[in-house]
Amino acid sequence: MPFTTAKSAYVKGLIDGAPFVLIIIPFSMLFGLLAVETGLNVVEALVFSVVVIAGAAQFTALQLMQEQAPTLVVLASALAVNLRMAMYSASLTPYVGKAPFWQRALVAYTTVDQSYIVAIARFEKDPDMSVPHRVAYFLGAVTPVVPLWYGFTVVGALLGAQVPDSWALDFAIPIAFLAMIAPMFRTLAHVVAALVAVVVALLAAGVPYSLGLIIAGVAGMMAGARTEVWLNRRTAGDAHG
Amino acid sequence: MDKTTLWIVIIGLGVGSFMLRFLFIGLVGSRAMPDWLLRHLRYTAVAVLPALVAPQVVWPAATDGAPDPARMSAAVVTLTVGLLTKNVLAAVLAGAATLYGMLYLVGLG
Repeated sequence: MPFTTAKSAYVKGLIDGAPFVLIIIPFSMLFGLLAVETGLNVVEALVFSVVVIAGAAQFTALQLMQEQAPTLVVLASALAVNLRMAMYSASLTPYVGKAPFWQRALVAYTTVDQSYIVAIARFEKDPDMSVPHRVAYFLGAVTPVVPLWYGFTVVGALLGAQVPDSWALDFAIPIAFLAMIAPMFRTLAHVVAALVAVVVALLAAGVPYSLGLIIAGVAGMMAGARTEVWLNRRTAGDAHG
Repeated sequence: MDKTTLWIVIIGLGVGSFMLRFLFIGLVGSRAMPDWLLRHLRYTAVAVLPALVAPQVVWPAATDGAPDPARMSAAVVTLTVGLLTKNVLAAVLAGAATLYGMLYLVGLG
């Protein structure tokens, strides 16, 4: 469907992004809540969400700060979790790379899992969309997500002080991460990457400075990449045979 | 918590995350990246997140590292529901229900 105006593209993006509200509200509340548990105040939790807007990386940083990991390891691990943003950025570039600089900066800042997934699906389906319409659509898709991410971080932080230990919130991050990972297993290579990462993480649990996480992550990525090459070769072989 | 460390983490993570997002859209433009690099980047999330979770599932800090049936079954249920439904929210709710259900049962015994 061609868009007649940038406004209709924006509205369409808004509609397509709306279902993510259901995920964003509990996750941002959880972040605010756990941030307060870790010792941040409400303002610090909000600034964290505004500056970083990346759930998984924020949770990773909190977890490692709680374990008193060295600052460098906290940063490296959280940024490693966010490396997929570079992938998203690379894959959006052919579609919005010709937009004005300030618009590209805005798209970059608001690149999150939800906006990327919604936008890339639309851009691939609708190759004739103009660049301004693509940018409008993208910003429409983030509109229901980003302000709620800020707002419910504050709500969670305000609630945080009243939550008792019996709620077992120590396990909220593992559950959140496992739920986020599950839909990502698209190919055998993704599964192999995760399995290798888990095994290495358990074996390397005793490595100091929480470096086990980075070692396991790199091992998993290499395993995934290797498996992908192997799968491609096998498919190519089948095509010849 | 040490406030200086906290602000270093917040600002460092903010700048780093923006640079990761801006790298290609803003700077690289339409130039191609090496295949081997893209191939590794594709697996960052599925490698790093499970690696982060695994030790907490097997040796939770809340039980001083003793394996805990409630937390372990919650992890298994979350992952299973997530794989079957591809629905993040359904997986979270199933995991939380399992965790609380098991903690309640263990508390009774």
